[in-house]
Amino acid sequence: MNKILIVAQKEFRDGIRNRWTGAITIIFILMSLGLAYFGSATAGVLGFSSLESTLVSLASLCVMLIPLIALMLAYNCFVGELEQGTLLLLMTYPLSNAQLLLGKFTGQAAIITLASVLGFGLPAIIICLVSDVDVASVLIAFSQFIVLASLLGWVFIAIAYIISISVSEKSKAAGLALIVWFLFVLVFDLVLMAILVASEGNINQTLVPFLLWVNPTDVFRILVYTIIGAESYSGVLQIAENGADGTLYLFSVMLLWVALPLACSWWIFNKKELSE
Amino acid sequence: MNDIAVDLNEVCKYYPNVNALHPLTMSVKSGEVLGLFGHNGAGKSTLMKLILGILKPSTGSVSALGHCPRSNQAHNYRTQFGYLPENVSFYEHLSGREVLHYLAKLKGHNKTQADRLLEEVNLTPAADRAVKTYSKGMRQRLGLAQAFLGAPRLLILDEPTVGLDPVATQDFYLTVDRLKSGGCAVILCSHVLPGVEHHIDRAMILSQGRKLALGPLAELREAANLPIEVSVSGLTRADIEDKLKGLITEPDWLQSSAHGALHNRFNSAAENKLDILRNLATEENLQDLHIKLPSLEDLYRHYLSDFNNAAV
Repeated sequence: MNKILIVAQKEFRDGIRNRWTGAITIIFILMSLGLAYFGSATAGVLGFSSLESTLVSLASLCVMLIPLIALMLAYNCFVGELEQGTLLLLMTYPLSNAQLLLGKFTGQAAIITLASVLGFGLPAIIICLVSDVDVASVLIAFSQFIVLASLLGWVFIAIAYIISISVSEKSKAAGLALIVWFLFVLVFDLVLMAILVASEGNINQTLVPFLLWVNPTDVFRILVYTIIGAESYSGVLQIAENGADGTLYLFSVMLLWVALPLACSWWIFNKKELSE
Repeated sequence: MNDIAVDLNEVCKYYPNVNALHPLTMSVKSGEVLGLFGHNGAGKSTLMKLILGILKPSTGSVSALGHCPRSNQAHNYRTQFGYLPENVSFYEHLSGREVLHYLAKLKGHNKTQADRLLEEVNLTPAADRAVKTYSKGMRQRLGLAQAFLGAPRLLILDEPTVGLDPVATQDFYLTVDRLKSGGCAVILCSHVLPGVEHHIDRAMILSQGRKLALGPLAELREAANLPIEVSVSGLTRADIEDKLKGLITEPDWLQSSAHGALHNRFNSAAENKLDILRNLATEENLQDLHIKLPSLEDLYRHYLSDFNNAAV
């Protein structure tokens, strides 16, 4: 346990020092404030419009950006140490593979979490101070959003570890990370839509919600819509309603999306032999 | 058997297309320094990684400090390992002190010990600079400092003196001698290390994954029966040949004259050393006499060429 914290602390400090944490925080702040105050500019209105529309737009943007940020933060994590020779060294240290993996994950997950807390928390406070809103509902909604955004980040850190442990070159890891992002964020929804349209609704209705959970970004989106009760915005995601029985259930799916890639990375890590 | 630090029994490692290590049986005792020699691809790194538990032997069994290095509990007693990998560049953006503090914490030691080791390898003046500004020698010293963390009982060093200046090399051997007398088993690995002869108890020569020789240097010398090289100044070739009838076995003879003095250099069998000394020392004209024993490098070449000839 202690070893995990030592590794986590180092990863976290690295994140602060190479300005990852600061950069992500600033991106989040700009996104939230921008969408809160200029999100309804197309409708001819400036200023804070509504909590609901702000969070829905924010969710759409986060679905694209958070996976990208998390993958970029983490793809280097193991392959980088492999290239500089420190992974080989650490494997001769009194440190198990699981401890190293969990330590790195804890540290990097903390970076994303801190960035979400600051990057979405500060705008929430600003909105409360500047605009005439129901302070309690804004704070509650944003807190829930922070939890979900962090969770989405954790999922993609864990996925990045599979890549980072499997390959032996940094550039390959970066390429794969981009492909993974592209698949999850852009391709998956398009393919799913295409299948639904092509099958003219003949596809088994109970199956569709499960298809959506194959993609953690969709689970994130459904969760955001569920917590703010924004059924009218959900569009394609309405198909999930039949199966979406409860936030807790979806939340568990998300946690599973963290645990499974981590377990997978661990398995690959244990099988891997560092021959050179 | 508590004093056996490393024990390999018929250990073999093969990859789909290469045999990295042919069946090898060897052991290293506590308090013993083994020199491991061989050129690139000879199997040195594979052997070290097998002992450290990074690689899994294809067949045979490895035991390090009395345990299988790949068992589930292995990482607990790795506190007693010290390892210097061949190419390690550490965390470039951290300072030397931060790197060593981190590694010390992972090994369960405090910062005071890390700082003392920095002092010991003379890195204190540069300790707070980022590692990316370090020279090759400084990185090497940082690597040695982490290997020495916490009084290891098994020390495996890959090319330990690369990039070190003569003073640092001397300091390094002093540390090795000290750890050795404390009961630490040391494996020094190298192409050929200048000056290593006096610090190793046994040498092992590897080539293409095979053990060519293993034993104390004196024994290897005897077995190889390499000629000694005698340099004589002040005597003519005829004088020397007259004095040393039957003692000069090798035909090679080098003759030169500089500053008005004659220099002769010739080879002879090792067992004639004392006779040569005895016969020449009484010569009045003798100005200088020097006998060079076969060096580690000569031995290394001998065993390698033996092996290559056998292969042909």
